[in-house]
Amino acid sequence: MTPLPALSPRRRRTDLLARAVLATFTAVALIPLVLIVYYLLHKGLPAISGHFFSSDPTGNFLGDAGGIKSAILGTLELVALATAMAVPIGIGVALYLVEYGRDNLFGNAVRYFVDVLTGVPSIVFGLFIYVTLVVSGALGSSFAGWKGSAALALLMLPVVTRSAEVVLLLVPDSLREAALALGSPRWRVVFRIVLPTALPGLVTGALLAVARAAGETAPLLFTATLVNGTTFNPGDKMNSLPAQIFSDVGQAQNRLVTRAWGAALTLVLMILILTLIARTLARRSRIT
Amino acid sequence: MEAGALATRDVPPSIGGASRARHGDQALRVILMGLAGLILALIVFFLIFLVLKAHPAFARFGVFGFTFDNNWDVAHAIYGALPLLVGTLITSAIALIIGVPVAVATALYLTELCPRRARGPLTVLVELLAAVPSVVYGLWGVFVLIPNLKPAEQWFADTFSFIPFIGGGKVAGPNYFIAGLILAIMILPIVSAISREVTATVPSEDKEAALALGATRWEMIRMAVLPYARPGIVGGAMLGLGRAIGETIAVTLVIGNQPQIGKHLFDQGYTLAAVIANEFGEAANDKLHTGALIAAGLVLFVLTLVVNAIARAIVRRGQHGRRPVPAQATAVAVQ
Repeated sequence: MTPLPALSPRRRRTDLLARAVLATFTAVALIPLVLIVYYLLHKGLPAISGHFFSSDPTGNFLGDAGGIKSAILGTLELVALATAMAVPIGIGVALYLVEYGRDNLFGNAVRYFVDVLTGVPSIVFGLFIYVTLVVSGALGSSFAGWKGSAALALLMLPVVTRSAEVVLLLVPDSLREAALALGSPRWRVVFRIVLPTALPGLVTGALLAVARAAGETAPLLFTATLVNGTTFNPGDKMNSLPAQIFSDVGQAQNRLVTRAWGAALTLVLMILILTLIARTLARRSRIT
Repeated sequence: MEAGALATRDVPPSIGGASRARHGDQALRVILMGLAGLILALIVFFLIFLVLKAHPAFARFGVFGFTFDNNWDVAHAIYGALPLLVGTLITSAIALIIGVPVAVATALYLTELCPRRARGPLTVLVELLAAVPSVVYGLWGVFVLIPNLKPAEQWFADTFSFIPFIGGGKVAGPNYFIAGLILAIMILPIVSAISREVTATVPSEDKEAALALGATRWEMIRMAVLPYARPGIVGGAMLGLGRAIGETIAVTLVIGNQPQIGKHLFDQGYTLAAVIANEFGEAANDKLHTGALIAAGLVLFVLTLVVNAIARAIVRRGQHGRRPVPAQATAVAVQ
């Protein structure tokens, strides 16, 4: 056999050029991240102080603008309530799909509609909650924190369901069969074998859904809306970090814009921590 | 094996135990099925309800008239959504044109060229972009991108003024291009993640065969990796498009919110999602206006539905005869 011809200069040049282009594009992809982190720290850090976290927005036109206490607490409440609504239902539906509905008509219909829900823009969920719950004044108030949570829950539901389904499918069938063969009833197999095995993956999926919901503004604008004060009553209007930032940007006053940067830095840090916890858990998981 | 050995340990031996187990099984099945049925009913209700509420607008202007009339005039209660639809399509197109090449190049670099030690950290950094909320992109766009990019945009518009739609005009602060650029950054992590998952499924035999035949790295990527991964990459780009179409808050802050079809790339406009976010507060007591906004939401919904359906079909058809894309890729896709 004759040895291969040496690499022609043209091919070598093309190769080097293509590699350089790919590397450059990767560097370009990182530029926005660097810029966003830089500006968040540069403009957000000066806003942050003890007062910033411990006081509510004052709403005064002049003077002290106040902090973001109600926005932080509101976001935590809204998201916690949304999680309490979306996660049990989402995991339940995923359990049905994996344990009973792998390939029947009903299961496939549910799977299809959950996929449809995945693609719905978040503003449309806000719209839906607005026309069903807010306009009708359900449970005695028009705008209310729990209605914002319901909109966020609708947004989280398909994410939780799909990620839980993927994780539950990864539980080996041999484990289920072993338990069934030992005479264990199905419900026990589900609660003692399937769910514990899949737990880290389920938590990861739920946390990623929470992280996504925490940053959403659109569904909250006309459900939980915007107030200054802190409230722990889910029947009242509730403030949230994204809504606060959105409103402050619209005001175009320097002190409000500074507060918006500080609130943005806080929000990004909260989401980052959630995402990191989710990823660490995912790496620890025994399956996948 | 002796039957007794099995029966003594975990197996409930009594008939009573078995019947209790049967009740438990039935209860579980009914509860889970009820939850699944609830979701199904909720989604069907969701769709029917939106159509009913949008009816005043559709009845007044017709479905076709509402969607394609170029006149959105709240003061005169005339609602034709064409300027919004065009705005949504232009900004999403810009997002794809800028975002997809960068995302795919990043994915190829990370899977095929990058030194092994840098791969993990770089991947995490690209994915961090997904952790930044929409409103923060908007804030950044308003106070950083718009003022800093304006001179460059004006230079670009002047230099390439001979190209229709791009040049000639005066650059507005908030405009289509800024909105498209921010959307490009926002879809980058998802398109890149899916492309990476798909390129990772290319069989190493194919790649090694190309290299053994004397191909350079780039030729290996072009001849072995890209043809195999193309359907997955196209599908990922379509999912990114679906994301871009529905994005609301970041776009609302940087599009200018003018219900007109912009004359050029750097002109102000509006999108379907942005109009809903802005006008909902004032529309509360006006059935026609509310209906028009919900109708805009439906148009948006149908648009994303079609795009996502095409994306899934492409990804699925692409898998025919190939290795399945790992489950994580699908999980990423739904986030």
